[in-house]
Amino acid sequence: MKTSAPSLLKATFAIVQKDLAAEFRSRELLSAMLVFSMLVILIFNFALELNIDARKSVTAGVLWTTFAFAGTLGLNRSMAVEKDRGCMDGLLLAPVDRSAIFFGKAISNLAFMLIVEAIVIPLYAMLYNETRIFQPEFLGVLLLGSIGYIAVGTLLSAMSVQTRTRDVLLPILLFPVAVPVLLASVKASGGIIANATFAEILTPLNLLIVYDVIFIAVSFMIFEFVVEE
Amino acid sequence: MQSKPIALTILDIVSVIVLGVSTYLALFFAPTEAVMGNVQRVFYFHVGTAWVGMVGFVLAAVSGIIYLITKDMKWDRIEVAAVEVSTMFFFLTIVLGSIWARPAWNTWWTWDPRLTTAAVTELIYVAYFMLRAGIEDPEKRARFGAVYTLLGGLSAPITFMVIRLFRTIHPVVIGGASAEAQGGFDMTADMRTTFFFALFAFTVLFVDFMWHRLRVGKLEEKVEQLKLKVSM
Amino acid sequence: MIEVKKLVKRFGLKTTLRGLDFHVEPGEFVALLGPNGAGKTTFLRILASLSRPSMGNVKVAGFSLPQESAKVRARLGVVSHMPLLYPDLTAEENLQFYARMYGIADSAARITDVLNMVGLESRRRDLVRTFSRGMQQRLAIGRAVLHDPEVVLFDEPYTGLDQDASEMLDEVLRSVAAKGRTVVMTSHDLARAEDLATRFDILSRGVITASAKREDFKSTNLLDFYKKSLES
Repeated sequence: MKTSAPSLLKATFAIVQKDLAAEFRSRELLSAMLVFSMLVILIFNFALELNIDARKSVTAGVLWTTFAFAGTLGLNRSMAVEKDRGCMDGLLLAPVDRSAIFFGKAISNLAFMLIVEAIVIPLYAMLYNETRIFQPEFLGVLLLGSIGYIAVGTLLSAMSVQTRTRDVLLPILLFPVAVPVLLASVKASGGIIANATFAEILTPLNLLIVYDVIFIAVSFMIFEFVVEE
Repeated sequence: MQSKPIALTILDIVSVIVLGVSTYLALFFAPTEAVMGNVQRVFYFHVGTAWVGMVGFVLAAVSGIIYLITKDMKWDRIEVAAVEVSTMFFFLTIVLGSIWARPAWNTWWTWDPRLTTAAVTELIYVAYFMLRAGIEDPEKRARFGAVYTLLGGLSAPITFMVIRLFRTIHPVVIGGASAEAQGGFDMTADMRTTFFFALFAFTVLFVDFMWHRLRVGKLEEKVEQLKLKVSM
Repeated sequence: MIEVKKLVKRFGLKTTLRGLDFHVEPGEFVALLGPNGAGKTTFLRILASLSRPSMGNVKVAGFSLPQESAKVRARLGVVSHMPLLYPDLTAEENLQFYARMYGIADSAARITDVLNMVGLESRRRDLVRTFSRGMQQRLAIGRAVLHDPEVVLFDEPYTGLDQDASEMLDEVLRSVAAKGRTVVMTSHDLARAEDLATRFDILSRGVITASAKREDFKSTNLLDFYKKSLES
């Protein structure tokens, strides 16, 4: 029998495919994230009296809060699946680079987040008659923000599942570190909804890109320290 | 039993003296600021604590990186000490800032970049302690702690830059003539003396606290060692 | 096949392995016996490249750990008391995933072989979550030998299995060892270990205290040997 250690790309892809196949069968993670998102939006509806005037200024904030909370649910679950039955050891035992594990998990987590966003955004638009969120710029910011959030979230969830307090720790670790990505996303996407000029949203957009680049690079470099004993 | 080093005792005494002198300078020597009056005197300690809080924050992130490279537990002790001391000083900064803000801006708290960054940093510290509390294995605790201080150290400056996009009312006292923001003021020579002495005093205090905390860390380790010996 | 010299593993201040020496010839089936907390699992995790040695030399299949861990991993199969399987995938999909992670060229034929060996061919399209503990453990063994490793490590494979499941596992273990593979197994089930292994090593307080080959047992049995070596 012929075996040869798979390339980084192949190993990453194998992990992503495995995660998606398992999730499309059980749909545990996605349904939890979706139901939770809809509940958060429902609560915001009453808490903020989302009338036409209020919507203009808070739509971006409401959506980002929703995605941030739903995101921690998904991140936690996705890493707990690896930890609970020792599967993380199984991944570590394979002759693949550790960054393949990081990128594989991060890409699956990002896919889950984007799927939830793709369902929640049209629903939000329908419920509140808010069609301005369908601009390509708005969706681009959503993508950039999700990438940064998931990159650092994947790293931190790999840490939090290894602790005693794993059920509660992830949001506490993640939110203060992810403040920049959440604020910059809210600022940029809020500007787009309010018809701001491109120059006005350029600064938050740049900071968002800076955050993404720094945190993808750092998370992938130090992931090894988080999973290896 | 390790007795307390004489140099540390001397440093304790020096710390008390410089802090006393600094208090005197801030309360009596420095002239009263024309617009804000006496409450401005809190500024000297406010900036002093903020300065050492920052020093501790940077020191923690750097020790974290060195720990990840060398795996020497000494750097973990330095990191924990820096975070603990820095948490305390940042807390004082926020409290002193609020005292100053009440008469100056007519509010206890504003969501200004510096204040918010300080608050977020405190939250990162709290998360750091919770993370460490949830791990039994000391080696893993050190590794995760180092990773988290590193992430915090990278995130805090970006937080500051992002929040600055939302308008600020915090005065820019140091660095340039742009002290036009509400609450800014020009420092006289006496104020400057007081200001720099406060920075010096808090730096001495910071070193003293760090030394004490490192010593406690070492003693803790020794106790653990002795416990293991007894249980064998 | 496995060469361990003066292996030390520390967790913080606690030393779990204290200068352990261990040597396994190709084709040997070594049962690693010892009381709880002796360091069996720690030792196996180091051999599996999942944990780094604090000191000492470890060579598996001719490659040093941790420097050449990627090469060791390609030649190593591990079964722990956890199944290392995804419950929401079928038996076949689990093996397909690991086949890709090990870069196995002709995976379809190999997966069928392995499923036949562990007696799960008829359940290949069933979700692992519907499997009993014994079936999961057999599939876990199939996963571990999928890439035809030279060395196989078993960490307490009988944990949580009833009599029937244990007997089926015996058969699978024999067929794994029959191919001339080198096997190291930790267990505190002396009766099962006695049937399977060709050599018995006692691990106590972080070192190997005694070692005996199967043919050395004439009048005494394993239980006496085990008791005697722990007393000394």
